[in-house]
Amino acid sequence: MSAPTPPPAGPPAVPPAPGTGSPERRADVIHDIGFRHYAGERFGRGWIVRSLLVDTVRGVFGIGRPARTKVMPWVLVGILLLPPAIIALSVLLTGGNELPMSYTEFLGQFQLPLTLFVAGAAPYAVSRDLRHGVMPLYLSRPMVRTDYVLARLGGLVIALFAVMALPQTLLMVGALLAELPVGDQLVGWAGGLLASALLALLLGVVGLAIAAFTPRRGLGVAAIVTILLVVTGVSFALSGIALDQGADELAVLGGAIDPYRLVDGLAVWILGVDSTIPEFAVTQAWQGGLFALTYIAAIAAFGGLLMLRYRKAARL
Amino acid sequence: MPPDTPPTSAAAATLPDVTSPTTAPAGVPAPSGPSIVTSRVTKTFGHVTALSDLSVEMPTGVVGLVGANGAGKSTLIKILLGLLPPTSGSARILGLDAATDGLAIRQVVGYMPESDCLPPDVSATEFVVHLARMSGLPSAAARERAADTLRHVGLYEERYRPIGGYSTGMKQRVKLAQALVHDPRLVLLDEPTNGLDPAGRDDMLELIRRIGHEFGISVLVTSHLLGELERIADHVVVIEGGVLQRSTSTAEATALSGVVLVEVTERADEVVARLRAAGAQVETADDGGGLFSVALTDEEVTGAIQATVADLGVGLIRMQRRRHHLTELFREVAR
Repeated sequence: MSAPTPPPAGPPAVPPAPGTGSPERRADVIHDIGFRHYAGERFGRGWIVRSLLVDTVRGVFGIGRPARTKVMPWVLVGILLLPPAIIALSVLLTGGNELPMSYTEFLGQFQLPLTLFVAGAAPYAVSRDLRHGVMPLYLSRPMVRTDYVLARLGGLVIALFAVMALPQTLLMVGALLAELPVGDQLVGWAGGLLASALLALLLGVVGLAIAAFTPRRGLGVAAIVTILLVVTGVSFALSGIALDQGADELAVLGGAIDPYRLVDGLAVWILGVDSTIPEFAVTQAWQGGLFALTYIAAIAAFGGLLMLRYRKAARL
Repeated sequence: MPPDTPPTSAAAATLPDVTSPTTAPAGVPAPSGPSIVTSRVTKTFGHVTALSDLSVEMPTGVVGLVGANGAGKSTLIKILLGLLPPTSGSARILGLDAATDGLAIRQVVGYMPESDCLPPDVSATEFVVHLARMSGLPSAAARERAADTLRHVGLYEERYRPIGGYSTGMKQRVKLAQALVHDPRLVLLDEPTNGLDPAGRDDMLELIRRIGHEFGISVLVTSHLLGELERIADHVVVIEGGVLQRSTSTAEATALSGVVLVEVTERADEVVARLRAAGAQVETADDGGGLFSVALTDEEVTGAIQATVADLGVGLIRMQRRRHHLTELFREVAR
């Protein structure tokens, strides 16, 4: 397939590097690398937010990032998937008629890996852009600050929900294979997903707000783990003190300051499932109402903090 | 060429021929009128006045915005991008109102910040594709244009490596590429030559010149170095302390002056004396060399110089119409 024409039929593979020519060099020398204009479609904010959201979900799991960033999220996903797999297998083999762990209990039982996952994901979603000064590049594009925050938050919450929902789904599949009552299992599984959604939203907003104030590498991870662990410790300490004083109903309220116990309490109140911590289970309607108010207030407070941070800090 | 195919054949058909110079490409509205007009723009932060009653028109092409650090250049760029409302006054950019059409402006304008703005853990390709999407481009077009644009700014195989390992010059190219990837009609470049070595500076200036003159994209480029803007800008705007000092076309500012530079081999003082006797306005340099300048008061002057030199039998090294230098703007401003 040899053409009679001279070899350089198309543009050269490597055009002359710009600027290497002397000032006298005429424009007609570099005619082979003309700039192509774009006449195609330009989408609006909806597409931009969606793309940023997808980018966040992918990035949280290390997709499209260096190999070392994939290790932590996938190890944690493995840790979260292993117990449900074992439980499902044991129920299948031993032929039990009940799962040893309810769907909502799963969230409380695997608090630590979930906390570590949030601690890894939230700083990726926001601290990185703040640390490296990328915000001006977003703000100079056809979107507004709120779009950026909502897309990052949405991506993080979806990733967290996926990490919580997947093991519960595995549990449900195992239960159905073991021929446990289909209706009960599906209702329990749906309840688990609802609790997962509530927890993912709360952890996402709290984690993102903390991460947005700790742009330094590693600091965000440490801050989120520390705060979530301390909050759990304090909530149990408060409940324990109240119990010692004989104030059983107040002891329940200690759970309201810990995201995991807060969502567990909401699940108990709304769905009527068993609590992860039976001694502090929500029993009264006013306790449930207070938990719901606390949940809404926490979302509003940390969401507001996040927005405030971006109004102030993400300057061009 | 990258292996990517155009997103649709219709889009490809409207693209100008790659192999031809694209000074005025089809599909892009011909530039008409000024690209940026500010009228009485004032911006104050508390007691600090960043911009004071700034009214200026900037034409299409390459416009240089000159001013010392803190002169108000970055504040003006933020106002033009619709990210900062002016305290008073209004600005129009490509015919759009900066106060109300921020989103529309940011769709057709590219921005290259002065500061570091690149995450180290992704490759230039991934990052520029991502930002093309953030400008509203569909994924396929974003990939194709990112590859194209990175090639235009001079990044080839290295664009697949993480940005963390890049040199300052390469990082500046990535920053420029992300400002161009969505094919804006105007790019705002904030101190693009900052931190570059002389060779890198030349490369960057040549690239900016090409963006303005070959890609058909208007450029507003800021710098505190007038000398480098002189080489590439068609128009220069000088601001100082938030106040407009000068807005002039480069051609005008560097036009031929009414002065002839004359250099002779010897006996310069005699030549000068004779010319003065003939009524010419002569200015001599104090260094005692054979160099002096003669004002072109009428057409006879050059003839008189030639006659005098021939008469005295000295060698004439040069006789040159002098050009104004852009830096004279600053001297005028300083007065």
